[in-house]
Amino acid sequence: MRPDRTPATLVAILAALALGGLVLPQWLLFILTIACAQGLVVLGLSLLLRAGLVSFGQALFYCIGAYTAGALSRAFGVSDLLAQMLAGTAAAAAVAFVLGFLLARYRGIFFGLLSLALSMIFYGLIVKSETLGSTDGFNLAKATLLGVRPDEAWVRYAVLLAAACLTLLAALLTHRFLRTPLGRLGPAIKDNEIRVEYMGASVRYAIHVNYVIAAALAGAGGALAATTVGHIDPEMAYWTTSGEFVFIAILAGSGSVIAPFLGALIFGAIHTTAYDLSPNTWQMSMGVALLAAIVFLPDGLWSLFTRLRAAGAGPK
Amino acid sequence: MSQIGPVLVDGVIYSAWLFIAAVGLTLVYGVMKILNVTHGSFYALGAYAGASLTGAWLAKGYPPMLSYAVLLGGAILVTLVFAPAIERGLLRFMYAKDEVVILLVTYALFLILEDTIKLIWGVNPYFVAEPYALLGSFEVGGLKYPTYNLILVGLALALSAGLAWVLHSTKVGKLLAAVIHDPEMSRALGVNVDRFYLVTFTLGCLLAALGGSFTAPTVSVVPGLGVDVIVLSFAVVVIGGLGSLPGAALGAVIVGLVRSVSVHYLPQVELFVIYSVMALVLAFRPRGLFGLAEPRKI
Repeated sequence: MRPDRTPATLVAILAALALGGLVLPQWLLFILTIACAQGLVVLGLSLLLRAGLVSFGQALFYCIGAYTAGALSRAFGVSDLLAQMLAGTAAAAAVAFVLGFLLARYRGIFFGLLSLALSMIFYGLIVKSETLGSTDGFNLAKATLLGVRPDEAWVRYAVLLAAACLTLLAALLTHRFLRTPLGRLGPAIKDNEIRVEYMGASVRYAIHVNYVIAAALAGAGGALAATTVGHIDPEMAYWTTSGEFVFIAILAGSGSVIAPFLGALIFGAIHTTAYDLSPNTWQMSMGVALLAAIVFLPDGLWSLFTRLRAAGAGPK
Repeated sequence: MSQIGPVLVDGVIYSAWLFIAAVGLTLVYGVMKILNVTHGSFYALGAYAGASLTGAWLAKGYPPMLSYAVLLGGAILVTLVFAPAIERGLLRFMYAKDEVVILLVTYALFLILEDTIKLIWGVNPYFVAEPYALLGSFEVGGLKYPTYNLILVGLALALSAGLAWVLHSTKVGKLLAAVIHDPEMSRALGVNVDRFYLVTFTLGCLLAALGGSFTAPTVSVVPGLGVDVIVLSFAVVVIGGLGSLPGAALGAVIVGLVRSVSVHYLPQVELFVIYSVMALVLAFRPRGLFGLAEPRKI
């Protein structure tokens, strides 16, 4: 068996970020932090994708995470990134635990539509609630880390470093989960549910677990995005946000827990460049990129690496 | 104070609008199993074409009564420019792929069309209120309603009757039923399935564009117009049952009345209620109120 190199690679990426962050410009630190946040959501989404489920409402949990962080900051004055991310994770996981009983029964287009409906319900709720700032949302206080308020010049770096550590932890845990018997069921469910049931495993239970983990990751991502951007609004739960996450997941592919973060970074890069070059047609560039990914890389960017490796290891 | 009259009138008008905006979606899904996200783009394209052409028509001083024909013509024009090209140029190569992948393809097309609209019409809003104001107004329960709304209701009724007639009483309708049931067998029996797909997709998009162009006089036409319509149409057709024509009508009436009641009595919960109905229907009757059960395949 090939040694598992993923944990080592993740730690190496973290070290590179910690060193590189010292010299990189502020705007790039911001993009990297957002890539962590989106990568977390997409990591969750790819768990569901492995089982053949596409959620068009993952923004629900992203937004729950963000508003939990916002509520902590606004009502209790808690601006600690760690506390916010933990609370966002817990809130999203709790909601997903309840909704999971319903959603675990659905497949294909119906799973997508029901998750879409649920996220739109949440959008409808917060868009009209004035205490939460309705359509405008509200601002969050600057992040603190374990009670320390970083110096203005260092706050981006500090947030990135903390976020990267937490993201690393989440990615490692997910990686572990994928190697458990339960985690390995995903692709089997996609291939043939009935066989999985014959093996004695419960498809519904496996999907429920995957769904809760996906939501927890999205909640963490939402809380991180909220603190990083410093502002939250109901758009975070809108269907276009969910669409972006699915976009990144398709672009990234689901071969490794690293893929979603790579995908999020490339998404950010395309987004920023396209927006810079022509603000009125950036969506067009995104659409073309998505089409190209679907047509030429149906298994996502990560399949490039696996193909390379297969070519290297293949018979000479 | 009795609000029943206005609630019902609002509900009927909104239902008619929803039906026109959403019925194309159910048609395309019913025949081709494509959940078409570009539906919203065609709604926006129709709105832009309707608003700009009618504006030009009126600016030239042509008879204003004919502006309704211009709205119709605008919708047909944009649909013929974009829909066949999309189906022939891209979608037909995707039919072998998974439903969800095709949905993503249409999502990508939606992103592209969204900016195409900005390239053609710019980012400034368009207004053409004349067709809306032209017909005067009528009164229900002390509230005035523009008579234009009756055109929407008439259009919705005409469309549903026309579609029902084509599907149930013509040869084309029978052939279409065969194509829906088994495209491969239909092809083997000499039915031109590709042409059915092309026409269905174009017709579905035309219905969206019609919804847009006939809404254009009542709103200001701005970028991003179609984004809300997509998910609202999803709600309507899902409630009725994806691919079911009577279902789309029922879904439109339910969403229309629910919205009208909530707007009159408790406006804060409008969106919440609409999508709650969608979620409830999915929870208890996932194939919609009128959806047909699909034979289980091992």
